[in-house]
Amino acid sequence: MKVSTMLNKIRNTKYAVLATILLLFVTLLAFNSVSAQGPEPTDDEVNKIAKKLYCPVCENTPLDVCPTEACRQWREQIREMLIEGKSEQEIIDYFAATYGERASGDPRDKVKAYLIPIVGILLGAGLLVSALRTWRKPKAAEAIIPAKDAGDVHQDEYIARIEAELKKRD
Amino acid sequence: MTETTTPRRAVPLWIQIVIWIFIVGLLAIVALGLSRRQQGTVQPGQKIDDFTLTLYSGYELGGRSEIKLSDLRGKAVVINFWASWCKPCEQEAAELQQAWTEYEPGGEVVFLGVDYVDTETDARVYMKKFGITFANGPDLATSISQYFRIRGVPETYFIDKAGVLRYVQIGPFVKVEDIRAQIEPLLK
Repeated sequence: MKVSTMLNKIRNTKYAVLATILLLFVTLLAFNSVSAQGPEPTDDEVNKIAKKLYCPVCENTPLDVCPTEACRQWREQIREMLIEGKSEQEIIDYFAATYGERASGDPRDKVKAYLIPIVGILLGAGLLVSALRTWRKPKAAEAIIPAKDAGDVHQDEYIARIEAELKKRD
Repeated sequence: MTETTTPRRAVPLWIQIVIWIFIVGLLAIVALGLSRRQQGTVQPGQKIDDFTLTLYSGYELGGRSEIKLSDLRGKAVVINFWASWCKPCEQEAAELQQAWTEYEPGGEVVFLGVDYVDTETDARVYMKKFGITFANGPDLATSISQYFRIRGVPETYFIDKAGVLRYVQIGPFVKVEDIRAQIEPLLK
């Protein structure tokens, strides 16, 4: 075999090895990028969302601290949705739509949740104020009579009663 | 010796009003909550309003993925509220399925499983485990359970052919005979 042919073969083998390494490197990169799309969320990431949701069975217990089986299943669902790439808001919206507003601490219909109670309180306040004004009117009328005159009226009644008693004795 | 007393400053009227409004409002909320709790579930004799149940795929009724109660007029309806996380529900799952197997061929009775605050994955595992075949679906936004004012799961409601509630079972059925005993009067 000629020296030049041998050199060519070595060069070709070198290129082949380089090409193989490059291919492996690209494949590894591609594999890493695929797995990076859906990493397993940590418990902290799950609980961060669970904290904003409430147990469906126990009243007012945040999902992240609730020990019931129902809550464990819900936390697992949050984990699955995070793996699917759902955002925090998407997950909360899903829970509110599927399990009702009480699952979420934040009411969807804010007008209904906040405005109606405020209007109710204002109406109640209006009624109370008008009732108090009505109760106060007679007192105001009484206050027009001077205290001195009021005393005289009582005194006259007292004298009249004494005179009546004395007449009876006579 | 003369005592000097400093006159007490009266609380302004508007503050008194605010305090009273707060107290009355608080009492009203407590009273409303208590009355709702004491109201209990819907009572037998009451006509049940129409509602729609979206069914899980594979658990449809006559090929329909959504069923309205009004579509079932003329049939007795057994509505069972359950959840996969509910241990007492497991006690009656087999009995309910057995009763359904008995009544399904007659076509006079429909069983509806309403899955209360559950995940679909776990619900499917549960239904497969107990071999449940009757129509089942999630209680979306808990609207159906709120209407029935359920206190927990399992609860089963027996509705006659005219859509009137006839019996409420709180807690699980122990024997299939107990389920039959509630269905039979609805068929007369």
